[in-house]
Amino acid sequence: MPDRVVIIGNGIAGVTAARFLRKASDARITVVSAETKYHFARTALMYAYMGHLNRRDLKPYEDAFWSKNRFEIRQEYAAHVDTEACEVQLASGERIGYDRLVLATGSRPVRYDWPGQHLGGVQGLYSMQDLDTMEQSTKGIRRAVVVGGGLIGIELAEMLRSRHIDVTFLVREAAYMEFAFSPEESAMIHRQIEAHGVDLRLNTELDRIEDDVSGQGGSGHVSSVRTSSGERIECGFVGIATGVAPRIELAKASSIETDLGILVERHFSTNVPNVYAAGDCAQFRTPLAHGGTVEQLWYSARRQGKTLGRILAGESIEYEEPVFYNSAKFFDLEFQTYGRVPAQAEGTILWENERGNRALRLAVDDAGAVLGVNGFGIRLDHARWATAIREGHPVDRITESIDEYLFNPEFDSRISRDLTRTLSAT
Amino acid sequence: MTEADHSISIADLGRGEAWIDAGYVYRRVAIWLGGAGTVFLVLALFSLPPVRPLPAAVIGILLLTAAATATIAGRRSGSFPIEIPRSRWPGVVTGLGVLGLLVSVAGAGQSYPVPMFWAGTGLLTLGGTWMIVARYSGAKPGLDNDGVKRGDTTNRGALGWMLAIAMTGFYVILYWYPSALEGITRTMDPLAYAISGQPATQWFMYGTFYTLAILVMGVRALYRYRHSRYHVIRTLVLMTVQLVLAYVIPQILVLFNQPEFYFSYFWPLKWTYLWPADFGIGWILSGGGDVGVFMVLWGAIMSFVATPILTYFYGKRWYCSWVCGCGGLAETAGDPFRHLAPRSLDSWRLERWLVHGSLAFIVALTALLWINSALEGGIFGGFSGAAARAYGFLFGAVWAGVIGVGFYPVLGSRIWCRYGCPMAAILGLQQRFFSRFRITTNGGQCISCGNCSAYCEMGIDVRWYAQRGQNIIRASCVGCGVCATVCPRGVLKLENGPRDGRFNGPVLIERDDVGVLSQD
Repeated sequence: MPDRVVIIGNGIAGVTAARFLRKASDARITVVSAETKYHFARTALMYAYMGHLNRRDLKPYEDAFWSKNRFEIRQEYAAHVDTEACEVQLASGERIGYDRLVLATGSRPVRYDWPGQHLGGVQGLYSMQDLDTMEQSTKGIRRAVVVGGGLIGIELAEMLRSRHIDVTFLVREAAYMEFAFSPEESAMIHRQIEAHGVDLRLNTELDRIEDDVSGQGGSGHVSSVRTSSGERIECGFVGIATGVAPRIELAKASSIETDLGILVERHFSTNVPNVYAAGDCAQFRTPLAHGGTVEQLWYSARRQGKTLGRILAGESIEYEEPVFYNSAKFFDLEFQTYGRVPAQAEGTILWENERGNRALRLAVDDAGAVLGVNGFGIRLDHARWATAIREGHPVDRITESIDEYLFNPEFDSRISRDLTRTLSAT
Repeated sequence: MTEADHSISIADLGRGEAWIDAGYVYRRVAIWLGGAGTVFLVLALFSLPPVRPLPAAVIGILLLTAAATATIAGRRSGSFPIEIPRSRWPGVVTGLGVLGLLVSVAGAGQSYPVPMFWAGTGLLTLGGTWMIVARYSGAKPGLDNDGVKRGDTTNRGALGWMLAIAMTGFYVILYWYPSALEGITRTMDPLAYAISGQPATQWFMYGTFYTLAILVMGVRALYRYRHSRYHVIRTLVLMTVQLVLAYVIPQILVLFNQPEFYFSYFWPLKWTYLWPADFGIGWILSGGGDVGVFMVLWGAIMSFVATPILTYFYGKRWYCSWVCGCGGLAETAGDPFRHLAPRSLDSWRLERWLVHGSLAFIVALTALLWINSALEGGIFGGFSGAAARAYGFLFGAVWAGVIGVGFYPVLGSRIWCRYGCPMAAILGLQQRFFSRFRITTNGGQCISCGNCSAYCEMGIDVRWYAQRGQNIIRASCVGCGVCATVCPRGVLKLENGPRDGRFNGPVLIERDDVGVLSQD
């Protein structure tokens, strides 16, 4: 009898685990998700809203891919996990037995107990259902407020602006993502935000959400917000982007150990035998390179899923962190990062072009070896930079052949000379 | 939720702002079509100049049918956010230009060629350019695909289908009933005399429209992709090649009593250019003289020397998206429809059979014709060159014209290129097996969003490769570069490089996400 593996969650971690298990095994693989029938790229939800893509375009694999590769797909809500009986109980009452279970339940947007946070028209953006709700809630509105100066917040602002909805962007910090970026980098992003007509409010938090327009009793739907500076802003929609937390209700209601997330070893095992967790919902027992124990990133979830799939197929491996990398797009400004770049300017070299729309910041150690790099409006070659950072190459080894470290398109304006001059100057 | 949130009117929002409404676009289109149709019917009914009653009546009925279709479709359509233009005048001028063309066709063109040229072609060109400038000149440089997947005309809605029917209908009439277009053709006489010394034919009229379409929609492409140097340069080259090599020069050759030769088209695409005797090169050489000899040699060298060399260094993009006129129209006028290209596995299977079959057929036919010539009619006997050219033309006409262009609004901009063009087939084979071109993917940075696959006009699943960190080398890739432009993380890069290792993923690096990915 082939091994039966049940995976709860069809996000990137869950399906990558499923795919890599299938590559090496004839196990019976069942993927359970209430969100959608087939896996879709959550990263593209914003493009569906903006009309760049259809819902169907969000699916990386043709629907037939799943049956062709003998995956059992169940669009059901997993209500309960019984680790004694080794069964997943669905909301419909049906029980699915497993030999091994993978929890890849992802994360959920976090709210911070603001009065009115459960009013209509107030939501985060994570799931397909969130996208549907947002489509409905933003019909015909004049202004929206986005709370949270991070990567999702700026995407929400871009989405709303694509429909010419006025946006007020509440950012708690004194500069956008000042915990990650230098003042020049934040300033570059501010310019983008303002160029796209967003009303940026730094040093401002959300205080409360209100629904009482005329003082005659609440309508149940947001009509305005109050900020920490006492200002009242009328709006028809509030986008919450103040972070995500692992989605762990299933584990918490069972004997699976949780903390912030579902606790796992480096080989993704939980405290319960034959139960694993990976992706946004997983929390490593030992810290990762950046010091934290959870890593809620698309790339990390994909890699975790891949490693877990191979482990389930019998390989004796552990999760190995690559040289850290991430990317984003702030309106029209592309961003990539490799390795570790501190927010402070100290120990880093900054190059910025004259127009102020391209920048590179290099983090080096005392010996001049490169530790990390941020690229704004510049494309950086992943393989080259990962090698340079992992092997601790000195800066001049990079500047000697800087073109090989750039991934810019043909005919792009030549920045190599200017870049080399700045990087070599120190 | 209050009613007010859903019932904001145009008056409240003002122009230049997006609005969600089911029927706005349809109502406007229906009003224009209905109004114009009524005018034509009235003119026909009362036999009023400047139009002739029968063509006016036909046009009137067609317009009213279109108006009714638009009205019905509008009632049944869903809602979609649209951008309301800031000023109505560019659209009005364009509409008047279309009206002018219809009035020309209905008889006014023969009677008043010069004014109707300006009232039709002139206003259409002016209005179209104005609409584009108005839409894009104030915008920030950067990708803007907002709403592309929702508009009716560009997503096989009723208006999209109506446009496809109109375009296909134009091609059918152009090839098989050209006298029906006399009205427009005659308005082109002054221009034709000026450039070629001859009166206009329906082909001159067609070539003029084709070139104007590439130029005007080329302006649109330049605006839309101005943040990408590759696109700007490529679009300018396409526009210049079309205007100079595929429009002006052929006509000037006619002016000097030389063959009307297109230097930017060669065998196996323009297959008659290397067919023997009066099936092909006989006609080019018939004028006697060195120019004809030069043209034939040019064709042979381009087909057998320059093409393989350029394709080796640059892939097939040097021709398919930088030089060829079919590509020129696809990248400019076809750009709004690129995402409609069929993308299924089945469409790819069909594509491989058809396009390589087409190449095999043309190669075989060319060989047979040459053998036939050597045997002095031994194979085809009395079958005339004129007939061969006519049949050959028709094959290309139906594929490239009627289906290839007429179906832009339904099947995207590259149907001829994918399913019919023998040049695409041979260039594709070389690109796949013997060239330095590839689209490199940047390690593990792909987020699987799908923009690349959605906007590939050849229906290639670019995402499939990008998310595995694998280079894209596909016979059908024309190197337009749009996938790289729409990618929100800059993961794709068109480049030429050493053939060694072209098919690998990125450099294998142990313990790095990049290296692990390339085993996907």
